[in-house]
Amino acid sequence: MAYTAQDYKKGQPRWCPGCGDHFFLASLHKALAEIGVAPKDIAVISGIGCSSRLPHYMATYGMNTIHGRAAAIATGAKVTNPRLDVWQVSGDGDGLAIGGNHFIHANRRNIDLNMILLNNRIYGLTKGQYSPTSPRGFVSKSSPYGTVEDPFRPAELCFGARGHFFARAVATDAPGTIEVLKAAHAHKGASVTEILQNCVIFNNGTHDSVYDKAGRAKNAIYVRHGEKLVFGENNEFGLVQEGFGLKVVEIGKDGYTLDDILVHDAHCEDNTLQLKLALMGDGDGFPIALGVIRDVAAPTYDEAVEAQIAEVKAAKKYHNFTELLETNDIWEVK
Amino acid sequence: MYLCTRNSSYNHLLKPSTLNRVMAEQLDIKELEQVVVRFSGDSGDGMQLAGNIFSTVSATVGNSISTFPDYPADIRAPQGSLTGVSGFQVHIGASKVYTPGDLCDVLVAMNAAAFKTQLRYAKPNATIIIDTDSFGPKDLQKAEFKTDDYIAEMGVNPDRVIACPLTTMVKDALAETGMDMKAILKCRNMFALGLVCWLFSRDLDIAFNFLREKFAKKPAIAEANIKVIQAGYDYGHNTHSSAMNVYRIESKEKTPGRYMDITGNKATAYGFIAAAEKAGLQLYLGSYPITPATDVLHELSKHKSLGVKTVQCEDEISGAASAVGASFAGALAVTSTSGPGICLKSEAMNLAVIMELPLVVLDVQRGGPATGLPTKSEQTDLLQVLFGRNGESPMPVLAALSPTDCFDAAYDASKMALEHMTPVVLLTDAFIANGSGAFKLPELNKMPAICPPYVPEELRGSWTPYMRDPETGSRYWAVPGREGFEHILGGLEKDNKTGAISTNPENHDLMTRLRAEKVARIQVPDLEVDGDKDDADLLIVGFGSTYGHLHAAMDELRAAGRKVALAQFRYLNPLPKNTAEVLKKYPKVIVAEQNMGQLAAYLRMKVDGFVPAQFNEVKGKPFVVSELVDAFQKLF
Repeated sequence: MAYTAQDYKKGQPRWCPGCGDHFFLASLHKALAEIGVAPKDIAVISGIGCSSRLPHYMATYGMNTIHGRAAAIATGAKVTNPRLDVWQVSGDGDGLAIGGNHFIHANRRNIDLNMILLNNRIYGLTKGQYSPTSPRGFVSKSSPYGTVEDPFRPAELCFGARGHFFARAVATDAPGTIEVLKAAHAHKGASVTEILQNCVIFNNGTHDSVYDKAGRAKNAIYVRHGEKLVFGENNEFGLVQEGFGLKVVEIGKDGYTLDDILVHDAHCEDNTLQLKLALMGDGDGFPIALGVIRDVAAPTYDEAVEAQIAEVKAAKKYHNFTELLETNDIWEVK
Repeated sequence: MYLCTRNSSYNHLLKPSTLNRVMAEQLDIKELEQVVVRFSGDSGDGMQLAGNIFSTVSATVGNSISTFPDYPADIRAPQGSLTGVSGFQVHIGASKVYTPGDLCDVLVAMNAAAFKTQLRYAKPNATIIIDTDSFGPKDLQKAEFKTDDYIAEMGVNPDRVIACPLTTMVKDALAETGMDMKAILKCRNMFALGLVCWLFSRDLDIAFNFLREKFAKKPAIAEANIKVIQAGYDYGHNTHSSAMNVYRIESKEKTPGRYMDITGNKATAYGFIAAAEKAGLQLYLGSYPITPATDVLHELSKHKSLGVKTVQCEDEISGAASAVGASFAGALAVTSTSGPGICLKSEAMNLAVIMELPLVVLDVQRGGPATGLPTKSEQTDLLQVLFGRNGESPMPVLAALSPTDCFDAAYDASKMALEHMTPVVLLTDAFIANGSGAFKLPELNKMPAICPPYVPEELRGSWTPYMRDPETGSRYWAVPGREGFEHILGGLEKDNKTGAISTNPENHDLMTRLRAEKVARIQVPDLEVDGDKDDADLLIVGFGSTYGHLHAAMDELRAAGRKVALAQFRYLNPLPKNTAEVLKKYPKVIVAEQNMGQLAAYLRMKVDGFVPAQFNEVKGKPFVVSELVDAFQKLF
């Protein structure tokens, strides 16, 4: 059966006008229609926060749960029913602060969840406090003199937790978002998709450098597995490896040709270079990497659970409660 | 009280074969009503197994049994040290026994440290069996004895001590088996078991069968153990029968049937398995290791062949939260914990309250606050599970009465959660979780049906998530995968009709009342009164695991001519309908509990004008029946 975006839509979103969540939601509806899983077989599970309102606008099964616990709740749902297509939606506070432990362990376990991290680097629903992704020195209501702490970069947490899939898109970039959502869905195991999303009220402009098409042309690099890591308005720049790091070069200058440019390998087990790509663009002269940065196949938790059950069922002689009782030392009183 | 033994002090140095067998045939067998035996030794001495076999052998002949293992807090305390002693107490009776017994009639002490630390659990005239081979100078030093005469130092009458070179005799018994020394020494516990079996005229064949089944895959081990049991039995028979009595505990109240020995934790796990199968649901456990609840996780993790799914989560929070997710996806969802774990679960429990999803929260209570006494028992979480959550958060609470009742309580809690779409707390505690009793094998086809309120098909098209069954007030369950019933639940208050997020004041007030009403409407059995229910002068009131001790105390008072009754709460929320009637019927009431008065406070809140006397103790160990009797006696 073919689905349209309309089949996944429900209700009228109540986010602020211009909020990046609107853009993302529209892309998610479209991506799901292209993926084509029936709404009855989808569960969208969020925590608390602006972005966690998202399940209310989905014509699927869903839960808008409690702060930080979405990944844990999604884990229970997926393990119980591996046929369920589970999307777990969190913001940077929900996913990386209060829910940080669940975030890393869902990645480590490699449970087949599509984890969406809507990163606006601010607490929106509580009206503007710095989040774990806000940069050092960030001025907010709870840091009037600037923060004195460094932020998490989501990819570091994902990779540090042995994550096998990491992708990034800008909320306003519908084709880019749909592409990574489809890749996230196709990936078996935990996938983390970071959506760079603007909060028009409390952190307006945080992703300005890549928020529109012109900005992305200048300041972003779309990475695709098997393709050269080139970027720029006319693909005139590229990435090469130098020493322990990456370096931006202009093709045709300083003796660099297209042949010198690195080819992206999202399937490489070793995540060293993928991490370098993911960390680019923090005011360091590198472009921000968009697209599927890491996508490595690995055994998933939920499938392993099912396989183990099948294996033990075949090996053991008891398969119901009554038979279980008989495995004990039993005596009879006459 | 029942035993009077004398030691033939020096003949333990002789080998059994050299002793006079003729004397042995002139046994004087005395009948006993009940007896408490405590096996104690180093953690690695196999005391749990010896105790277990002894209780099984006794139960097989129809004796009533109640057991309690007493583990040291240290995982691997140094061998022979005072902190490394492990005990296993078993109470066997001709009629029903309700507790593992206060003090023991027979103490087996496999080494000097056990002798020193366990003597306080022995009655003043108890028989004490010791392995003299483990009382050498180094052993005595480790056990911090000051003199060589350890028996005198502990103030024990030597006539009550069966001192035998147990290790030597085990080595002799197995000398020709070709076993290595380590394996031989592992059989020491069986010698002690054989000796105790002799003392109580136990049928060794039952023990032999037990071992042959247990070690079915290692017949050599089974036969070695059997040889040593026989050696222990023969030793007793040959060396002591001339000098001391042998006892027998006949069974007076046999309930025919097939039985197994089961701990409370295992029974709890079995209850969940049975309930899931009866309901036709997958069983999911989200948990995090915590003493003394972890054995439930261990047990359920074994049963993959039944399709049980267990996830050892990253923390207590995700144990509960993942169970909520599992429930949403259509499983019988359980989370298990103890101590501080229950605090961490309260957030997800509340989510299940507002989402009205079935969830069973097992709290194996232990000593608190904070880390408290992790291996010890208390009943101090009652008010926490009743009230310890933000907002108006009504939740059914059950408390299991005994190790075997954990099975029924887990089944009942699951049924209640599934049929009323609510989280349910099941309270057990370290005492009944680790203790065991003879469990009559249940027949699943005779257990009550479990029927969750799935959305009726005729509501297709008009259904919203907070529509309720008019009779129970519970909302209907639509499990993902079912087409046409896609919906969203969540932690935000919802409109009672549309299911959309609502901050409407009237709606919130209504939803709060609907959630409370749903729990209040759950039918629970009436509070039963044991003992002199019509004319008691004193009603003893307790809840959960203290049932055995309170019952035993009541029995003793009644035997002494007092008119006493006992009402033990198994359902704490909702309370049985006859609660006020029972509590107000008797001239005097005492609420006895292992906390500072939580049940008493709760009942005073629920029953107008109820002012009971209280007996409160938080020592981390079970009540002592004699202390209860003394305390209750003062009320007459």
